[in-house]
Amino acid sequence: MRKTSPWLWLSALLVCLFLYIPLAVVVVYSFNDSRLNAEWVGFTWHWYQVLLHDEEMLQAAANSIFIAICASLIATTLGTMAGIAIQRYKLRLLPVLTITPVAMPEILLGVSLLLFFIQVLHLTLGLLSVLIAHITFCIGFVAIVVRARLAGMDESIFEAARDLGATPWQTFRLITLPLIMPAVVAGALMSFTLSIDDFVITFFTAGVGVSTLPLQIYSMIKIAVTPEVNAVSTLLMLLTLGMIMLATRFDKSVLRGQG
Amino acid sequence: MPLLELRNVSRHYGRLSAVDNVSLSIEAGEFFTLLGPSGCGKTTILRMIAGFDAPDTGQILLDGQDLADTPPERRPLHTVFQSYALFPHLSVAENIEFPLKMAQVAASERARRVRETLEAVSLSDKADAMPQQLSGGQQQRVALARALVNQPRLLLLDEPLAALDHKLREQMQMELIGLQRDLGITFVFVTHHQPEALALSHRIAVMNQGHVEQLDEPSKIYAAPRNRFVAHFIGDINLLDCTLLARENDQLRLAIPGLGEILAPAHTTAQPGQTGAFAIRPEQMLIGDPAQHRDLPNRRDGVVRELLYSGDVTTYKVELANGLHIQALLANVKPGLVQFFEVGDAVSVAWPADAGLFLDA
Repeated sequence: MRKTSPWLWLSALLVCLFLYIPLAVVVVYSFNDSRLNAEWVGFTWHWYQVLLHDEEMLQAAANSIFIAICASLIATTLGTMAGIAIQRYKLRLLPVLTITPVAMPEILLGVSLLLFFIQVLHLTLGLLSVLIAHITFCIGFVAIVVRARLAGMDESIFEAARDLGATPWQTFRLITLPLIMPAVVAGALMSFTLSIDDFVITFFTAGVGVSTLPLQIYSMIKIAVTPEVNAVSTLLMLLTLGMIMLATRFDKSVLRGQG
Repeated sequence: MPLLELRNVSRHYGRLSAVDNVSLSIEAGEFFTLLGPSGCGKTTILRMIAGFDAPDTGQILLDGQDLADTPPERRPLHTVFQSYALFPHLSVAENIEFPLKMAQVAASERARRVRETLEAVSLSDKADAMPQQLSGGQQQRVALARALVNQPRLLLLDEPLAALDHKLREQMQMELIGLQRDLGITFVFVTHHQPEALALSHRIAVMNQGHVEQLDEPSKIYAAPRNRFVAHFIGDINLLDCTLLARENDQLRLAIPGLGEILAPAHTTAQPGQTGAFAIRPEQMLIGDPAQHRDLPNRRDGVVRELLYSGDVTTYKVELANGLHIQALLANVKPGLVQFFEVGDAVSVAWPADAGLFLDA
């Protein structure tokens, strides 16, 4: 093995500290037996119990999970189709069009979706508008991951299936889908985490009646950062972390981003 | 009626003409080879036969039926791909079973045929292995087995041996010949490797820039190439620019600038005055001491400039009086003697009047 410089280790450590100290503070204070985030008093599960009895918070969580599941299922279906089409037809414009929402500033996407829903579709903002918005920005991520997986494959495999008697649908079901499955699952898990975490786009498209976890947290800290916010943040963090770890297990190209 | 017929088939990609008005007939049971350099259109033809590409104009007929409206999965032919294209998520046995499943063969029958086919390619012990666990030669066998298991009318092979090393390649060539003979399935084989084409085929179509330069048996292609391209592409050959002076009985009198007149056999209808090339294989050249071969009509003095020792034979590059280089090949049959001549030796090269041929194209 190549000898690694201690400076490299040190800088890696510093980056990790920089990234995770704020998160660690949130986690630690969610167990703090005090109403204030000022000083450590003692260990408690109290704030998690408060959380479980907070009706508004539970409703927001239910909304978030419902939207995340629906958005990831639909975005995965559409994104997989897009990824296959991009790889198969070698189109110039389609990859750009599919991937742009991934790179576009969220605020732009949020505002444009808001205008689209209200002025073009005359849609009442609510769960449906949030769902559509989430599907929009998840498709690109799925397409990137699926395409990255296909790009590493010998294309004559799919021709061989046709050649050996499989119809296009049989080829997809028996050959293409099993081969890209890791990327599809990884794309779905990524979509789920993106959806459940999203604030900006949700903020623009949720309207007044509907809340999701990030929106709920934001409305709570407008008053004060209570330890209950720390507790819900900790849970959200755990869920996200778990999903990302699962996604990278299924497909390494998630780590590379664009394959 | 031929098994497969191409009638005036053309295929263009933009302004590039990949296949240009090609007509071919392939008989049942034939081992037919499309041979040519890369980009000559041979793979495009194969893809059009398989149904992955379609001709712009012209027809492809199988048993007299136009294939234009038949998708790849309904054509009674299979392809062996250059990359083998084995399904990486299926085991060896499942790969071979795939075409039987698609043809809705009953499960018990499928199991029997997979077993028999695995035996035929001596891979019974690898039935449950995954493709990436096999060596290149074994993967090649699985690809062949998978393409042959439901007895197609026609087998298309796209440079199937290109990825194998030399020894394995020769062994697979032998197996292909045996397989084709035993099964009686028609093979259409694509390669750029001319020794392979000569060794395997019943007939060869030599292709260049989208059209067929010559279609013939291997021995005819080698011994009587129709034009400079074929002569140059198949094997090694000396091509000397010359002018046809006269036809005398069954001989031609040719003038080579700087070398004077030579005699060549009259295989052509070319008329005196026509320019062309005199083509002769290195192994038809006799090389000897300056005093040797005085009885032969075609004889020139020269100096050995380079030699290439290949064990069984040595190829000598001899510079003639007019500065031309010609190659002569000599088998190293004398025991204990590595080669007959050294670089710088004065030699004579000679050839009989019935060797070589005049190419007017």
